[in-house]
Amino acid sequence: MIRHVLILLCGLAASCSQSAPAPQTAEVSPQDLQSGYVFLTAETQALQDDAFANPGLLWVDRGDALFHASEDASRACVSCHQDGLQGAATRYPAIDKQSGKLLNLEGRINKCRTQHQSLAPLAYETDDLLALSAYISEQSKGLPLAVDVSGAAAQAYAQGENYFLTRRGQFNLSCQQCHTDNWGKQLRGDTISQGHGNGFPAYRLEWQTLGSLQRRLRDCDTGVRAEPLPYGDETYIALELYLAARAQGLELESPAVRR
Amino acid sequence: MMDRSTQIDRRQLFVGAGGLIAISASPLPGWAAQEDLLNARRDLFGDRPVQEGRVFVTLPPIAENGFSVPLTVNVESPMSADDYVKQIAILSPRNPLPVIGQFYLTPRSGRAMVSTRIRMSGTQAIQAVAEMSDGSLWSGSMETVVTLAACVVL
Amino acid sequence: MASIRLAVPNTAQRGDVIEIKALIQHAMESGFRRGSRGEVIERNIITRFECVYDGEQVFAATFHPGIAANPILTFHTIATQTGSLSFTWTDQHGESWSDQATITVT
Repeated sequence: MIRHVLILLCGLAASCSQSAPAPQTAEVSPQDLQSGYVFLTAETQALQDDAFANPGLLWVDRGDALFHASEDASRACVSCHQDGLQGAATRYPAIDKQSGKLLNLEGRINKCRTQHQSLAPLAYETDDLLALSAYISEQSKGLPLAVDVSGAAAQAYAQGENYFLTRRGQFNLSCQQCHTDNWGKQLRGDTISQGHGNGFPAYRLEWQTLGSLQRRLRDCDTGVRAEPLPYGDETYIALELYLAARAQGLELESPAVRR
Repeated sequence: MMDRSTQIDRRQLFVGAGGLIAISASPLPGWAAQEDLLNARRDLFGDRPVQEGRVFVTLPPIAENGFSVPLTVNVESPMSADDYVKQIAILSPRNPLPVIGQFYLTPRSGRAMVSTRIRMSGTQAIQAVAEMSDGSLWSGSMETVVTLAACVVL
Repeated sequence: MASIRLAVPNTAQRGDVIEIKALIQHAMESGFRRGSRGEVIERNIITRFECVYDGEQVFAATFHPGIAANPILTFHTIATQTGSLSFTWTDQHGESWSDQATITVT
């Protein structure tokens, strides 16, 4: 099975390297922007659209409970955010004014925990962090991604773009070669998507669970046989910012269902 | 005689090896797999005859992968106090374990219809067997093509 | 703690066949997967589901490793009287999770 993947990906790598000069930018033109949803089968789309059966909602429910609960006598999230957080997830990753650092949604949740709630930060892919990020993201469902890449964020944007354009791994493939130059084409049983993160945290059938965008990025790197970066790595957060800017205007879909 | 039977002919070896490769590379379940399904069915229901019909399996014709495939089983039954479906068993010829799930209905079910999501290790025909309150057994099946993903990360 | 989602109509007329959906968060670890170091990941699955409507079992299921993670079930029952439906999932070790829904039957 793996051998077939290797052959196909090698073929793709070879055809890409022989093709005409690569486009100067990695932008998908705005009128062509398509969510990963478009590349799913009707059954998987139906699962995402199902207001009861979408399995990501199990985490949203849990996040709802956590958001309103006061853990270890700390303040509950809701004690500051009485009006909810509609729209918040569309603006992440964003520069934290206090530290000047770029934070993704997970980083912001953990900053709240350590700074305002005297709680320990939650590790990536724990049920609790996924539940909180899914609950907060779900409040922005249907709203367009709207990250700010100006000012202090510009440098991170450039760093993310650089990661997206750089060939890596044993297959020597960049993100761009699949997700900008070849989206819509078949790769084995899959149709290559445009590589947007607007559905995350998402329930991936392959994972059989909800997972963060960082987990997806690690899988992409592993897929081209590159060493994935550790969870929470600054470069991945910069890549998240670049991806969000690249998908600017697409609606947030979390919790999406993906292959 | 003894000598000839113990001698391994190169041609025989070649044919034998070729056959082995053909079996291991075969993408579709062979008779051996179907045999597993039938054995599992016998373990559940004994040697009672199983008639084809009255049971309708619905699966997507193509599944994106085998991790979570939507399955619905409908059984023709009045679902009355003295004529109802007692059990629906879902069987696979190709999964590591042939019995996927068993559903137990009662006259209070009202309708003999169950849906769930199953794992499928490859393209195969899933069979559902319904055991009626009179002890009769009925079956239906449907095949789904399970496609393989491009970027498999295990 | 496993998250549970139930879909049971709030009201029904006596004799109506109602559709019920039940979803629970569980990995349904099959026992056939291996971890990153090649070690077999031990089987850990829910094996039993029961739905009791006013003291009587109206539907039950036995799960094997071929049931997908975060198992979902859709089934039916006849609305007989106002009361509660209780749902219980039990894993292979005997640990169980329950939830309830109420229905008003007119």
